[in-house]
Amino acid sequence: MLKSALSQLQTIWTILQHSFTRSETVQYPEQKPYLAPRYRGRIVLTNDPDGEERCVACNLCAVACPVDCIALQQGVKEDGRWYPEFFRINFSRCILCGMCEEACPTNAIQLTPDFEMCEYDRQNMVYEKEHLQIDGTGKYHDYNFYRVAGLAIAGKDKGAARNEAEPVDVRSLLP
Amino acid sequence: MNIRIDGVEYPATKDRNLLETCLGLGLNLPYFCWHPAMGSVGACRQCAVLQYPDEEAEQAGRGKLVMACMTPVSDGARFSLETAQARRFRQGIIESLMINHPHDCPVCAEGGECHLQDMTVMVGHRDRRYRGRKRTFRNQYLGPLVHHEMNRCITCYRCTRFYRDYAGGTDLAAQGCHDHIFFGRHEDGVLESEFAGNLVEVCPTGVFTDKHLVHDYTRKWDLQSAPSVCAGCAVGCNTLPGERYGRLKRVHNRFNAEINGYFLCDRGRFGATWVNDERRLDYPGLRGEDGRYNAIDHHGALQRIVSSVERGAVAAVGSPRASVEANFLLRLLAGPARFCPGFSAVEQPLVGEALALLRASRATVPDIATMETADAILVLGEDVSNTAPRIALALRQGVRNRAYAMAAGLKLQDWQDAAIRNLAQDQRCPLFIAATAATRLDPVAARSLRLATPEIARLGLRVADALAGDNSNDYSHDNSHDNPDDHSVHREAAAIADGLRDAKRLLVVSGTGSGDIAVMQAAARVAEAFRDTGREAMLSLVVPEANSLGQALLCEGNGSPDLDALAASAEAGEIDTLLVLENDLYRRAATDQVDRLLANCQRVIALDQLDNPTTSASHLAVPAASVIESEGTLVSLEGRAQRCFPVFPPHAERHPAWVWLLATLKELGREAVSDWHHFDDVTRGCAAAIPALAGIAAAAPDHRFRNHGVRVPRQPPRYSGRTAMRANVSVHEPKQPEDEESPLAFSMEGLNRDQPAALLSYVWAPGWNSNQGLHRFQADVGGPLKGGPAGIRLLRANGGATPLPRHATAAFAVEADEVLLVPRYRIFGSEALSAISPGIRELVRPACIELCAADAERLGLADGDGVQVGDNAAALPLRIDDAMAPGCAGYTAGYRETAGLAPNTRQRLRRVAHFSPPGPTVIGSDRGGRHG
Ligand code: SF4
Ligand code: SF4
Ligand code: SF4
Ligand code: SF4
Ligand code: FES
Repeated sequence: MLKSALSQLQTIWTILQHSFTRSETVQYPEQKPYLAPRYRGRIVLTNDPDGEERCVACNLCAVACPVDCIALQQGVKEDGRWYPEFFRINFSRCILCGMCEEACPTNAIQLTPDFEMCEYDRQNMVYEKEHLQIDGTGKYHDYNFYRVAGLAIAGKDKGAARNEAEPVDVRSLLP
Repeated sequence: MNIRIDGVEYPATKDRNLLETCLGLGLNLPYFCWHPAMGSVGACRQCAVLQYPDEEAEQAGRGKLVMACMTPVSDGARFSLETAQARRFRQGIIESLMINHPHDCPVCAEGGECHLQDMTVMVGHRDRRYRGRKRTFRNQYLGPLVHHEMNRCITCYRCTRFYRDYAGGTDLAAQGCHDHIFFGRHEDGVLESEFAGNLVEVCPTGVFTDKHLVHDYTRKWDLQSAPSVCAGCAVGCNTLPGERYGRLKRVHNRFNAEINGYFLCDRGRFGATWVNDERRLDYPGLRGEDGRYNAIDHHGALQRIVSSVERGAVAAVGSPRASVEANFLLRLLAGPARFCPGFSAVEQPLVGEALALLRASRATVPDIATMETADAILVLGEDVSNTAPRIALALRQGVRNRAYAMAAGLKLQDWQDAAIRNLAQDQRCPLFIAATAATRLDPVAARSLRLATPEIARLGLRVADALAGDNSNDYSHDNSHDNPDDHSVHREAAAIADGLRDAKRLLVVSGTGSGDIAVMQAAARVAEAFRDTGREAMLSLVVPEANSLGQALLCEGNGSPDLDALAASAEAGEIDTLLVLENDLYRRAATDQVDRLLANCQRVIALDQLDNPTTSASHLAVPAASVIESEGTLVSLEGRAQRCFPVFPPHAERHPAWVWLLATLKELGREAVSDWHHFDDVTRGCAAAIPALAGIAAAAPDHRFRNHGVRVPRQPPRYSGRTAMRANVSVHEPKQPEDEESPLAFSMEGLNRDQPAALLSYVWAPGWNSNQGLHRFQADVGGPLKGGPAGIRLLRANGGATPLPRHATAAFAVEADEVLLVPRYRIFGSEALSAISPGIRELVRPACIELCAADAERLGLADGDGVQVGDNAAALPLRIDDAMAPGCAGYTAGYRETAGLAPNTRQRLRRVAHFSPPGPTVIGSDRGGRHG
């Protein structure tokens, strides 16, 4: 009996205390809350530190996506890079789970703190590459896939990637 | 016999090694270098297991590491896969392979179906501990078909074992030493072997990949595929074409133990992407007054076809590359007497005779796997490497039976690949080749003769006589006994017969490729004579196209008109409407002849996939679905009816020909088709109407079949992007297309397991993403599929009711200014559709005339001259090729420029003044192949 009365009082006290704490409610949309960079909102495609398109069209994001809302087609550029000829996200299906970002081996696809994506027409929720691609590196500044990959591209020959030895001279039989 | 693995008793068979046994039991044991068709060499050390000498050692965990692929199983043997020692060893192997492996998976065309990825996951290796520098290689340009990325090699040696040992190629080898081993050519250049494309599937990593796919890439999990049949030649190899976004991306092998096994030829693998060609017809086109075509919808087209058919006398040209069903419906429409099967006038009797001989002969008509069991082979006049390439690969295996016989003597098992090759060295079963020119099989032949076609026939007859011990027949004209050539033919025949003395299973290969009925007949007689000596004989006759034999069966014995007869009745004004089904007539007869035929018909309706000269000459061009987009039955050269299924629904108004024709027949109110609604109804109708084709309905399960109550999916379980693929068109996703004609689904729903073999739509099993997972579908590792054989044989061994004809052939001699015109086929170019596929297109060389130097000198011609043959209009460049038999001029067959030439006729060659040779057909250069 006494115990429960105490509990009641404790509860009332706790609630009372809240009257003196700072309010968490913000006057959205006039006032915008702080969202951490890791917040999972609108998806973007980023560039590598050299300013080149990061996405190599490996399709891992698409296959990781639980609602199958990513579709793309790979192509090969003149310089030997793989890139997406088109890259489409159907945001009307996207559940912003971030699985694509987890899967991406190049850090190309990233979720951003922007969540304001309402549209009157659902068709407008379909984003193509030109709507997704941004100019910067996003959250991850340094990673450059082609610097670690073995595939040669213009400007990065065989043996020129990080931790790579000069190409082997196959004619040599020296030990 | 039983063995113990990790304490569990399992049944085992003696002729299997431990790796095969484990895989057959469904155990996961990683491996690289073993290949079910190529056996073991123990090179990669990946398949290590622990073997215990006895029970006591097993209890104590004391055993020795052995390579499962090199370990025979014996009763009571004890092994462990799971013991820590074996696991650590296997993990160590993968880790060491990964030391130099590039960080390439995202940009590697093998990713997602990579055996190395699968095995890495299987052993549980995750983190790279090595921090040193990675070895790198420069890649080579290997031609427009195969892409090279050498950094990814794990030195398993599968590529060279396939390319050199299995397929007989010479220009790919291991080079360098220690950890610098490089697999490639001595210098950049197109891989020479016509089976090079198999490297894509044989290599367990992304070193060799499909160049077309690399440049329009889709991961395996995103490819929609369905069981299909290669339309490249009459062998009928089983394929798995893969599609995404309405484009054919690649063709993979579909295992069929009786036909192609694990391997396709490059025409089949790379020759189907023409279906993406921009010259494909999308909508029916009606030719207007100005000669231009106006698109109309399918109702309009159907009405016009119907009214044309109703208005006057109809004749039809079918196609030996179209399905049995489409041809059957067309024949129903025009009537048997007005249905031309669509062969050229030269081919029609040849194919008819091939069928007649197969029926009459008492020899076995072998499938490819049976051909590989031959211990002696005679090839008469057929250049199989170019007309039915997969057979050439089988013949290369056939000659190795000597090696297996020697091995059996030493109690070596068949999978001991390195030991057996070492033992046999150059000893092979006898292969005798008689051809008008050099063939690619010559290097493995015991004797290869260059003879003019009639001589080949004579050689065959003499071999038959020698086998029968009969020397009384004289197949030549009176003077031939003085003819030194004849003596040599006689001598060669005696030598061949002598070479066949010890043989037990003779395979005789011939076909329509020689252009001479007598050659095929001679081949049949050799087989017959051999059989009469109480031994087993096989007879394989190659016919030109994917459904040539089906067409011959459809038209058997009712005197269907050939193209010449059709032209004659058109000339006589007896044809108002001519329907042409999937057939470019300009490849079947001389241009002026076809022009006249088409001009003499009031209306020409062409049903075809591509814009070609025939559709361009038609009044109504109707788009048809390709073999990859429609269902159909094709009859292969061994008389096997096989079903292919659409891989994806065709675009626009490209309906399968059978759909167009069935709709037309229904509109016409034809009684026979009134209750035919499905493809299966047509198949059954055809089976009922044509006794020779009675079996075709059983080629695959019909559309009502369900696999454990559900359909068989065309899409792998992790098909991605379904809610975005079409979102650019509309965000409201349509329902998946329904397939009313087959038990397959255009979706990932259903069960891709336990189905009949004809319904295998992709190979994937948990943990086995690559094509190596096939053993999960096989009843016996490397053996037939669990679902039984695919397709059904229509020709059965028979009693030899018809006696084989014995034709005398005249001794061959040419006048001083003449040559004998002989057809020369090319794997790339002689088949019209594969020849326009990207990649292959770059390898197609213009048609030419080939002569040996002596003949060229005799005729006063030089290399590069333009020559006209007889009154054939087109001038062709002359090539001097000493591989040609003397007196013979080879012409490139299957090309439009040579369509009017008749094989084995004596002709004069005229030199054309001011000849400019046709430009190279090479389009563009290598796409990105040189990077790195
Ligand atoms: S996972 Fe990354 S690199 Fe791969 S396709 Fe998606 S965005 Fe591009
Ligand atoms: S070969 Fe396999 S493991 Fe190597 S990069 Fe390609 S996909 Fe990855
Ligand atoms: S190239 Fe491929 S098949 Fe050849 S050794 Fe290397 S990994 Fe093996
Ligand atoms: S051998 Fe003939 S059927 Fe087989 S893959 Fe080659 S072209 Fe196709
Ligand atoms: S598979 Fe056994 S050693 Fe390579």
